[in-house]
Amino acid sequence: MASEPLPELAAVHWRPRADDRRLDRSGALWTAATVAHVVPFLGAAALLVALQPLAAPVAIACLAHAWVIPELYAQRGANVVRPKPSRAAEPAERASIGLLGDLVGHAARELHGTTGLVLERGRLGTWLVGPVGALLVRPGGHRIHCWCVKVNDPELPSGDRIAHLLLALRSDEEGFATVANLAFSGAPWRVRRRIDERQRPALDAAVKAARAA
Amino acid sequence: MSRLIRMDQTGHTTLAEWTAQDPEAIEAAVRAFREELDRGYFAMVSTGEGKAEQVKELPVDADLVILRLPISGG
Repeated sequence: MASEPLPELAAVHWRPRADDRRLDRSGALWTAATVAHVVPFLGAAALLVALQPLAAPVAIACLAHAWVIPELYAQRGANVVRPKPSRAAEPAERASIGLLGDLVGHAARELHGTTGLVLERGRLGTWLVGPVGALLVRPGGHRIHCWCVKVNDPELPSGDRIAHLLLALRSDEEGFATVANLAFSGAPWRVRRRIDERQRPALDAAVKAARAA
Repeated sequence: MSRLIRMDQTGHTTLAEWTAQDPEAIEAAVRAFREELDRGYFAMVSTGEGKAEQVKELPVDADLVILRLPISGG
């Protein structure tokens, strides 16, 4: 039975519904934007040194810009799963983790226990869902999309926050990707080195699953 | 025993429990279900591995009905 579209889509009615083609297109646009940021600085650095070797310090500044700008974008992507302290009481945290554990399989439960992220296989790719965001590794494992998405109650315990996102994702994956705000798209390794070290095994598992898909 | 639970600041709260043979419990569950929907919650049931569905009427035969709040882009 086809599930109904997410009701939250009404709040972003102007957005086209996400699908494979749109995700590929937004990924290509992100790559093009990165190239557009980097190439002019690299070109300027080369030109400066060619014209006047004494301008090397300025050329180095250009190279630094060419390096920093893509780094900042990737950091923005990694931030969607950055662990934050929960405001909920410890018993509520435990109860929410118990419920979340009932919703996922054994492997996903174990991975969440060590990384704080829930791995979920979908039609668009392999998802890693955290309390305030989700990562989507596309089939093949060469591209990751980082989404800001959350339930609008900051007092909820972390397990419940993930469960809210997981249930929405499971009921309408494309709708979920439409409601969420895209923070970054690029190569998984660019995000991997910026996420918390504890979370890296989850990303490795998602990339592996996406490659096998 | 079927359960209606709401994800909230306590982790989760069981709002109703019922069996198919207990009409009074079902009636109470339906009432609780509608009250929560009126408060803005969405009701979800699992429909298989990795699948869930939003429901607008209490599915009496479901083992677990979970109430969630709306999500939005961060």
